[in-house]
Amino acid sequence: MLGLVTSLAAQHPTSRVLVWGGDAEGGAPFVEADPADPSRLRGFDVEVAERLARGLGGRTARFVQVQWSNIDQSVERGDFTLGLSGVEDTPARRARHAVTLRYFEFREVLAVRPEDAARIHGLADLRGRRVATLGATIAYDLLIQARDATGLLPVSYDDDVHPYGDLVAGRVDAVLLDHVIAQRALRRRGGSGGGFVILAPAVAVGHYVGVLARADSALRDSLDVVLREAMRDGSLEQIFRRWDVWDQNQSALFERVLRSEGGATASPAGSHTAAQVVAYLPSFARAAAVTALLSVLSMLLAVIVGLALASGRLYGPAWLRALTTVYIEVIRGTPLLLQLFVIYYGLAGVVRLPAFLAAILGLGLNYAAYEAEIYRGALEAVPRTQLEAGRTLGLSEAQILRLVRGPQALRYALAPMTNDFVALLKDSALVSVITVVELTKQTAIYATNVGSWVVPGALCAVVYLAMSLPLARLARRLERRWGGRAA
Amino acid sequence: MSALLVIDRLRVRYDTRDVLRALSLEVARGELVVLMGPSGVGKTTALRAVAALQSFAEGRIVIEGFALEPGPVPPESRLVPLRRRVGLVFQGHALFEHLSALDNVTLALLHVLGKSRIEAEAAAAELLNSLDVGARASAWPRQLSGGEAQRVAIARALAPNPALLLMDEPTAALDPARRTALGNTLRRLCEQGRGLLVATHDAEFARAHADRVLALS
Repeated sequence: MLGLVTSLAAQHPTSRVLVWGGDAEGGAPFVEADPADPSRLRGFDVEVAERLARGLGGRTARFVQVQWSNIDQSVERGDFTLGLSGVEDTPARRARHAVTLRYFEFREVLAVRPEDAARIHGLADLRGRRVATLGATIAYDLLIQARDATGLLPVSYDDDVHPYGDLVAGRVDAVLLDHVIAQRALRRRGGSGGGFVILAPAVAVGHYVGVLARADSALRDSLDVVLREAMRDGSLEQIFRRWDVWDQNQSALFERVLRSEGGATASPAGSHTAAQVVAYLPSFARAAAVTALLSVLSMLLAVIVGLALASGRLYGPAWLRALTTVYIEVIRGTPLLLQLFVIYYGLAGVVRLPAFLAAILGLGLNYAAYEAEIYRGALEAVPRTQLEAGRTLGLSEAQILRLVRGPQALRYALAPMTNDFVALLKDSALVSVITVVELTKQTAIYATNVGSWVVPGALCAVVYLAMSLPLARLARRLERRWGGRAA
Repeated sequence: MSALLVIDRLRVRYDTRDVLRALSLEVARGELVVLMGPSGVGKTTALRAVAALQSFAEGRIVIEGFALEPGPVPPESRLVPLRRRVGLVFQGHALFEHLSALDNVTLALLHVLGKSRIEAEAAAAELLNSLDVGARASAWPRQLSGGEAQRVAIARALAPNPALLLMDEPTAALDPARRTALGNTLRRLCEQGRGLLVATHDAEFARAHADRVLALS
């Protein structure tokens, strides 16, 4: 109901409410829940939105929570009118949407561990090192370019908190993000003793803008008028000062914006789209290879651990049977996402696993529980007389398992195993939460950068289908050949 | 003639019900003994007890000096002497579906008797030939007729060269001509000095081929 009201309000131009979207998970100083009253929001983007709403004839601002990487899509869908939450000014965004004036200038800055500060002065010094950032940002694009130029290893995160944690923990060697985010992370970690330092020279400069649906360019023009007004009357400066993000660069930006008064916001043409598709193909192929390799290695682990679990459950002493049962039920009864977080972040204090290894462990150990149940069922499906025939010939229990029961159970298990592998292939998309850029994550990055899901989504689906359809066919064939027959 | 198998007052219980009570019999080398009786009378149970697949409550079973006592079935490690002495042909043959006819027969030769593959395959081929199914050595169990499958099952049971062969309802799936052929095969095995204990409800087969018939009721 609330969602319906919200979207109606968002689409109604004469509404007295300006509905704006942002990501409160991104936190202060952009948008965060007020610690004193979590039902209220605070942050400089909250105040900018309120100032803009007031400037549009005294409207009030209403906030809609949206995942940061989905702001563009949501604004086009009409979930809200204005996206505002550290939204970066990029050519792709300008080509696809209506974008406001630049209202804040940020610097892309590198953060490194104190002991590296003397050696690292820029991206060029990071050859072969892991550099973290938020996915689908200007910073990520900079790292991708630097990967090709200098050979550093970009690591993409879904949030802007964990990169700094992993920097301090030694999982990555540097973080490239907006100076606002870097300074916030440093404050949270207790200032200069927080385990990392911010390098002074900026790697690049970018700007925050508001984003609207392409069709809302008239409203965008009105918002630009309000922004200029807010720059002139000092209200924007006051907001930024309150949040301690005001600096000389902002006054220079304001001067530049006010000088170009009346000039329309530049909107480069969208001719780069075809080139972008081609430019993304290598990363896309790499991500598809990551998905395939990750799935194969995880399945291998799942099969080995699953066999051990099933054997323990069928042949083990009572305590082992109980233990394997607990493992299987706990793993099957909790979300894979949670298990991935626990393995990657939860265990970081004990053992610091590389992301790819953590992903294999998470997927493999999760699927092992399902495999174990398949193998147990398959082993139990082998008729008793087959085992007795082995016994009367003088085979030991181990020989019966290896020579009679195992090979026959494999026939029952192959079809469901193949189905599980197809499921694993698709579940592997979840590991992007622990910084592994696989096919789905790469697609999301690609879609954000070109501002559309159509081409990237179709490409991604084709690649998944190319991998899963032959497997599904194989499963059906195996089922026809062996599934229905008793041994 | 010394007894190959002695069953002395065997009693088998399922839960609280006696399936067999005080069964006693002997089988000598060269002798074909038939256990007769309607379904459910305990013929299969008696064979399973001799093959140590089934525990029994009272009595004693001795096969060429190896004794089975009442109580749970001993672990396989203690049954090695018994496994060398006794072969069992299951009702419905229970061939290993994932192995060819030849590999069904070589399995015990390779993995129990430790023969080389060449030796094992030669011995298995000879056994299959002697039972007139040598031509079907490479066939899968599902490709065999009822009679062929049964002869492969006999070859498999004979592979470890047991002195005593147990057979459960061997004529169940055979036409009259095949029944006679089976009878002749079994007589030949007796002539080789083996003892045979056959459970069947086929009175005609028993009359035609048995040295002794023991009727259970």
